[in-house]
Formats: sequence, structure tokens, C-alpha cells
Amino acid sequence: MADQRTTPTAGAERPTPAAKAAAAGNGSAEDPREKMLTTQLKKVRYRADALIEVLHAVQDIYGFLDPVQLLRVATELQLPPSRVLGVATFYHLFTFEPKGEHTCTVCTGTACFVKGADELIAAVERELGVPEGQTREDGVLSLLQARCVGACGLAPVALVDGVVVGKATSDMLLTALDKAGVGPMADGGAS
Amino acid sequence: MSTPDLFDIAQKEAEAQGAFISTVLCCGSTACLTSGGQAARDAVDEVVASNGLERDVRVVSTGCMGLCSRGPLVKVRRRGEDEVLYADVDGAAAREIAERHVVGGEAVEHGQLSLDHPFFARQVRVVLEHLGEHDPNRIEDYILRGGYKALERAVLEMTPEAVVDEVLKSGLRGRGGGGYPAGNKWSLLAKAPGDDKSVIANGDEGDPGAYMDRTVMEDDPHRVLEGLALCAYATGATRGFIYVRAEYPVAVRRLEQAIRQAKRNKVLGKSIFGTDFAFDVEIRIGAGAFVCGEETALMASIMGGRGTPVLRPPYPTERGLWGNPSLIQNVETLANVPTILNRGAEWFASIGTERSRGTKVFALAGKLENTGLIEVPMGITLREIVEDIGGGVAGGRPFKAAQTGGPSGGCIPAKHLDTSMDYESLQALGSIMGSGGLIVMDDEVKMPEVARFFMQFCMDESCGKCLPCRAGTHELHELLKKVCAGEGTLLDLDRLETLCEVVRDNSLCGLGQTAPNPVLSTLHYFREEYEALVAGAAVPQASAQPGVNAQDGSA
Repeated sequence: MADQRTTPTAGAERPTPAAKAAAAGNGSAEDPREKMLTTQLKKVRYRADALIEVLHAVQDIYGFLDPVQLLRVATELQLPPSRVLGVATFYHLFTFEPKGEHTCTVCTGTACFVKGADELIAAVERELGVPEGQTREDGVLSLLQARCVGACGLAPVALVDGVVVGKATSDMLLTALDKAGVGPMADGGAS
Repeated sequence: MSTPDLFDIAQKEAEAQGAFISTVLCCGSTACLTSGGQAARDAVDEVVASNGLERDVRVVSTGCMGLCSRGPLVKVRRRGEDEVLYADVDGAAAREIAERHVVGGEAVEHGQLSLDHPFFARQVRVVLEHLGEHDPNRIEDYILRGGYKALERAVLEMTPEAVVDEVLKSGLRGRGGGGYPAGNKWSLLAKAPGDDKSVIANGDEGDPGAYMDRTVMEDDPHRVLEGLALCAYATGATRGFIYVRAEYPVAVRRLEQAIRQAKRNKVLGKSIFGTDFAFDVEIRIGAGAFVCGEETALMASIMGGRGTPVLRPPYPTERGLWGNPSLIQNVETLANVPTILNRGAEWFASIGTERSRGTKVFALAGKLENTGLIEVPMGITLREIVEDIGGGVAGGRPFKAAQTGGPSGGCIPAKHLDTSMDYESLQALGSIMGSGGLIVMDDEVKMPEVARFFMQFCMDESCGKCLPCRAGTHELHELLKKVCAGEGTLLDLDRLETLCEVVRDNSLCGLGQTAPNPVLSTLHYFREEYEALVAGAAVPQASAQPGVNAQDGSA
């Protein structure tokens, strides 16, 4: 987590060398995350039909689907890279960009829609300066939508770093985000 | 040694549970945990511990008790006394309940919810019978309540044909939305040649307003496993899969745990109940694609591919996973099966209507006083659900419509409140039973906006394989956006209707075929709302700008 936090702000899109450098202190120049992925690959016995599970593992370990890792998955599972990319791009939960330090996910299922999920999204966009579906420039917050988290009895629902805020109002959500350490952008905030 | 003795396990569990003087059941479902359920549970634990009553009081985190809008819910049961249900139990209330009721023996007057409350009294619980009663983390608690008895009897005393017959006689139909008779599917797979058959539980609950299957998988995972094992025994399948949405991590964890427990107790795995029936279950996790609820797309996803559907026939029972015969059944459908075998097909068929037997679980949401998870006999009227169980529209506002079937379904307006909730009646109204999402809307909700919402969903979720769906949903969404913005014309409404028919009639799979339903249904029942939206724009567009300018000038 810690090194992911620094990479987006570092500008360039090369998290692997940076992470490798960070992990290289101990002589064996291996990124510990590579080992974690190896463990997962062994767990599914390198079976090609476990591709989706493996992609989940890559995303869990690296935070997003890094093209370098997708190539590795293709080699290890003996699949054409096009197949791996095809599957990865098909499913909504896979992301190709690192997420922000914190995430705010607003449920936009039917019950939440009927009860005003739009207003929650608009409030976060407006107050915290992050467009829906994107990560803020300073890498602190990603604002995402979810298709029903299955807590319809509590609609509208939002998640702040995975913690559910039920029967949410804009104020409640902004307070929860504030508690999690997400404030307005340091410079060029709302005027 | 090698065969599990269910009776023995149940008896030991009964003794263990009977040793406690009282039981405190804390609802451990997502809804209650989010509204402070953990604080309630912690407070109870603390009071019990500080009084040294760990041997006398059993505290359990149960599955969903149903009335999510009044959570956290806590039930107190003392030996020889009526049980008491408390609503809105925060940490402080839980402490008071624990100190006064559990320790002191005197019920707390405030916060009680009568079990005769229509929300509970009008329900008939088959699939959800154990929810709020047992600990979903323990197989022993499931066995105590008669779990795996149906499987034991089937494997030891019944032929596979007899099991299929029982399901056929019960009249059980698919609960995922289609309503295809389960028994027919089972006999098709049973008759299919080959010795590598698979059965799949579809837990890819995609309707964005429904959480029945999630709750069943989380709170009674063994019931799903037993249903799947019975299906495998009846059809000769040796492999089982449960396909779960990645959005449901708790369901995945509970199912994994349940599979481990079931294998350890020899009710799953090799030589089940000492016979040569072997059956293994694997969990497969989705990655966010609504279309994967479709049978052929789901199988493609299980095999690690893109979840694009293919044309049927051949049906999965002829050519399914890796080319072998397979059967896909919704989680709720399978969860009915153990009870059907335990209580008999006649008993099951006596619930519901002539053509829709049994019960249906609904996720009741939207603008109602009481929202949550309910199970009702089919044939109950929508009015009974909305007014009695749901307690009427919140804030006393007028009822406008109920939406069933999510993005594939339609709206039922107030004039049809007395409709019987069964497969055929709902279809006759242009809606569908669907998987069980039931969202109530009041007069503040704009129906064209609802149609646009669902069309956006279908557009985003279209897999892109066939043109009518890929381009059609996009065009429909553009038209709806235009109409909702007040920029449409009467001509656009005609275009909308025509295009709906094209998409419905020409799409490859259920997603595209049903995507127009919310539009057609709202156009049918609430056309005046669409017309009011286009009326503002139609006049100035037809007779150019002067009208508008004149108005502006006079103002």
C-alpha cells in the first residue's frame, strides 16, 4: 500500500521499478509482491480457467492490473496476452489505474437511485473536487459507483474505504470522509 | 465412523444449546451491522462477561431477521418465557436489555417489536426459515434444525428418479426470473448422456436492487450446498459450482467455510453417507458483469473467459461446461429443495397458486415504512405486501408504482395493486416476477427518469456481442436522456417505442430482449408523464422560435 501511494504522485507510470527499488534493499532484487502472486498461481495450479481468480489476485496484490503483470499472467497460464487483456477489460471490477489512497463508493442500485444517490455523488464531486469515476489529482481520493452493494434496506448507501454508511445524507458522507482523513484539495479548492 | 451420524450431531448440539438459560440472538446481517449491530453485540457480550454468565447465556450473531429498516434487531429468549424482539438497538439500548432482561429477568418495555407485527405475521418462511434463528457459521446448528436429513434420506433410501419426481410434483419453478419448471430441467440433465455432468448454483445476483440470494448464501450456506448436492444426486452430476458475485465477499467466505465443514462431516466429497455417491463443490467468483446471470455467459465466465452469451439451443443440459451437460439453477430455487424433500411435494404444492407454487423471497425496498427481506406465499396481492407488510408508503405519501424484475422488469401502477404476485399475472401486466427485487415508488419519483436509469444500466452492461443490444440500448438511452431533459418531441416517443420493439425482438440473449421492458411499461402506464415532458419542447421545435421569444418578451 505504502509504495502505491507514492507512485501516482511521482508522475511517471512505472510503479514496478520504483517498487523493486524499494524492495531491493535485501540483496535478492525480488519484489515481495511477485512472490505473493506466485503463491496464488500455485493455489490455482496454473489452470487457465482460473484466469478471473488470478486477475482478482493481481488486483488485490498490486491495487490495479499493471500491464507488466498481465503479461506475466499470460505466460504463466499459457494463454495469449490478447485473451488475458480481453477478459480483464470485460469485467467492471478490474481497473487499470492505481486507485487513490481512499475510496468513496456510492451505490447506484435502484433503491439508492430512488432515494437520491445522485445527490451524494454531486456533493462529493462538488465539495472534495473529484469527478465521478476518477481519482483526484493529489491521489488522495477515488470516487466510484457500485451497482448495488445489497444493503437496499438502508438506501441510499455509500462506502468509505469499504465501510458502509447507511441511510446516508450528503453531510453524513462528507463527515465520514473527513473522519477518514479526506479533506478538500490543498490548493485551488472550492471558491 | 465413516458415515456421519446426523442424529448424534444434532443431539449433542441440542444438549449444548439446552444448557444455556437464555439466548440472545443479535442480527449479524450487513444492514444491522452497518447501523450499529456490532456495538450492540459487544455491549451484550460485555454485560454477560462482567456478570460471569458465559455458561448461562448464549450470544449468537444470526442471519438476517428481515426488518432491515428497524435494525439493529436483537431477540432475547429465556427458558420457559416468550421471546422478545427489540428494534433499533444501539449500544446503550443493548446494554440496558442485557442488564435488565438477560441478567435481571425483566423485559425492557420500550423498543419492543411485537412478533404479531404484520411484517412478520404475514410471511410464510420456507427458504428463510432458519434466518435470525441459527448461527450461519456452524454446521451443527444447521443439522440440529434438520439439515442434511433430506440428503441422507435421498442418498440412502431414494433413487435419483424418485428425487426428480418429487421436485417435478412440487411444481417448483426457477426463482431467478425465468420461472422454468425446475423438475423439467433436472430430468433433462438426468437423461443426458455422459459421466462428467455439472450442476451450477447461480449466485450472480445482478438486479441492482435485490439481495435475496446474497442473504441466503451468507446466512444459510449449508441449505444452498444441500440443495445443490440433492440436485447432483438426482441428475447424476459429479461436479458442482457456485458462481458468486465478487461484490459479496462475506457470501464467498461463508460458503467456503461451509464447504470445508461439509467435507469434514462427510456430507460432501467422496462416498457421501458411506455410499458411492461423490460430489464436490467449487466456488467461482465473478468480476462485475450483469450479463453473467445469463446461463451461457455464466458458463463462459466459470471457464475463465469473457462473459458473452451464445445462442441457445443447444441448451446447457445438452452442451454446457467444457462441452458437457450442465444445469444452472438459481440459489433460491436450490434452497427450496431440502424442504420439499423433508416435508413432501404435496405440502409444498399446497402453498401458492395453481401455476406458481411455493413462496417467493422479495427484497422490499424504496419508499416504504418497513423495508427488508420478506418471504411470502405466491398469489399474495401487491397491496398486502405494500400496505400490510411494508406498512404503507413512507411519510403517508401516495403510492405511485412498484417495480419488479429490475432492469428486465416493469412497473405496476396503483390501479393494479390488487394483482396476485405470481409469474403469469405479473407477465400479463408487462412486468416479470424477476429474481425478487421489489421497489416501491411514491409520487415524487419521475417515471421517465426511472426508465432512463434502467436503460443506462443495460447500456453499461451490454456485452457488445450483438448489434441490436449494443447499439440499441445506447440509442434508447440517448432518446430517454433527450426526453428527460425536456428536449424531446412526440416523434421521439414514437421512435422510442419502435426501437424498443426492434431491440426486444432481435437481441441475442435475455439482457437485450428484456432491456426495453422498463421503458415500454412506463410508457404504457405513465404516458402522460412523457407527454408532459415533450409538450414543452414539441411546440417551439415544431413552429420554430417565435413562440418562445414572444413569451420571453412578454415576461
